[in-house]
Amino acid sequence: MSTAVTRDDVEKLVLSSLEELGAEADALSPTATFEDLDVDSLDLAELSQIVEEKYAVKLQGEDVAKLRTVEDAVNLIVERAAQ
Amino acid sequence: MINAAITGVGAVTPLGVGADSLFTGWAAGRSGIVNGEGACRDFDPTDVLTRKEARRADRSSQLVLAASTEALAQAGWTDADGGGELPYASERIGTVIGSGIGGFITLTENHAAMLQGKPVSPLAIPLLMANGPTGQVALRHGLRGPSYGVVSACAAGADAIAAGLRDLRAGAVDAVVVGGTEAAMVDLARAGFGAMDALSTTGQSRPFHVERDGFVLAEGAAVLVLEREDRARERGAEILGLVRGSGSSQDAHHLTAPTPDGSGASRAVLAALDNAGVAAEDVDYINAHGTGTPLNDRAETGAMQIALGAHLQQTPISSLKSALGHSLGASGAIEAVATVLALANRVAPPTLNLDQPDPELDLLHVIGEPMPLRDTAGRAPVALSTSFGFGGHNTCIVLGGI
Repeated sequence: MSTAVTRDDVEKLVLSSLEELGAEADALSPTATFEDLDVDSLDLAELSQIVEEKYAVKLQGEDVAKLRTVEDAVNLIVERAAQ
Repeated sequence: MINAAITGVGAVTPLGVGADSLFTGWAAGRSGIVNGEGACRDFDPTDVLTRKEARRADRSSQLVLAASTEALAQAGWTDADGGGELPYASERIGTVIGSGIGGFITLTENHAAMLQGKPVSPLAIPLLMANGPTGQVALRHGLRGPSYGVVSACAAGADAIAAGLRDLRAGAVDAVVVGGTEAAMVDLARAGFGAMDALSTTGQSRPFHVERDGFVLAEGAAVLVLEREDRARERGAEILGLVRGSGSSQDAHHLTAPTPDGSGASRAVLAALDNAGVAAEDVDYINAHGTGTPLNDRAETGAMQIALGAHLQQTPISSLKSALGHSLGASGAIEAVATVLALANRVAPPTLNLDQPDPELDLLHVIGEPMPLRDTAGRAPVALSTSFGFGGHNTCIVLGGI
């Protein structure tokens, strides 16, 4: 399954999920910070569920707490999916 | 004795969004009940909440957030765009919201998801907990004083007002935002209330009617801004009415049924009159709990006969639930808001659908047009608003006009 996961797909999923969770579409970009997007720990917990369902990748609490930008999240998911 | 000045009210009910649509609709004899239920069909949460705020709130919180926004704006605490400065230190403003159940929709949706092997939302617990609406209101408006939820079934909205009044009188706060909310129109509630024969099988809300057959399930929310009367006057606030007192009692009789003769509830009414320093003869209007269940309306009549004696025959009584249905933990707060506006307009709005009053309930009903309130020189009118909850909870609020 991990071979099918492309960085582009992950980025698209993360961006669309964050918009679904209520982030402003205009402010969304790979370099946007979660602070600027008003994305908090509860949002990231929801995002983790979406990612787990799609890629069977489990994001643990401490990993998620370190994420600062959309890109950070995408990188972590891609890295985990490749393992 | 410190009175609580009511400086703002807000409501979302089956009669529409806003306290004004509630009162004018009821006074005009309009019903918000459609197909046997009182849903808030005109309510769109994104009118007052961002998309993100709305999805982070159970419907019970969405309703009360809208009502609180209206109430705080009317009190002059916020301006039209939600900005503005609180008139007291935020640490001195409390928040007390009642709910019968809490986030019933969130609870049932997440439970269904879990049974289907789907993930339970990280928002499930904060959205379903019964104190959620209180926390949400405090968070939205930056109210940092004492805050808690009140849970006493269908008396919760009234108990929230009573609790806020006590906090105000105890000096714990300078102002307190109180209210009630309920969004329990889910199949589990319909089935549960139906199984205990509490719901009307005909889908009609007919308090005090000879053929009444149960209550009609409804949803809604209402909020009142209470301030110490002296402080409210000092800051030049417009005062809509007063909470003059409250009283509560417990039947300790049965899990759900009221004390048949109303003696349990009568103690709440007598305690409220005593707390307010109001004589029974000075009550000008009774906003009844009046659910339309055979047992409630009979026990409530008994309670009023004990508490008001012969004066009951001259006191107009009506039930707002005839127009809305029963919004459980929200009803006491919605009825308090409607009663404050009734006092301000010096009328008793009618009980709808009351073409055949039960002859065993010897009451002065308001049928058809609103009845003008008795005018007594030298004082403003006084009303009682009663709320009784499964579990034996009885609360009566004494409201005063200006």
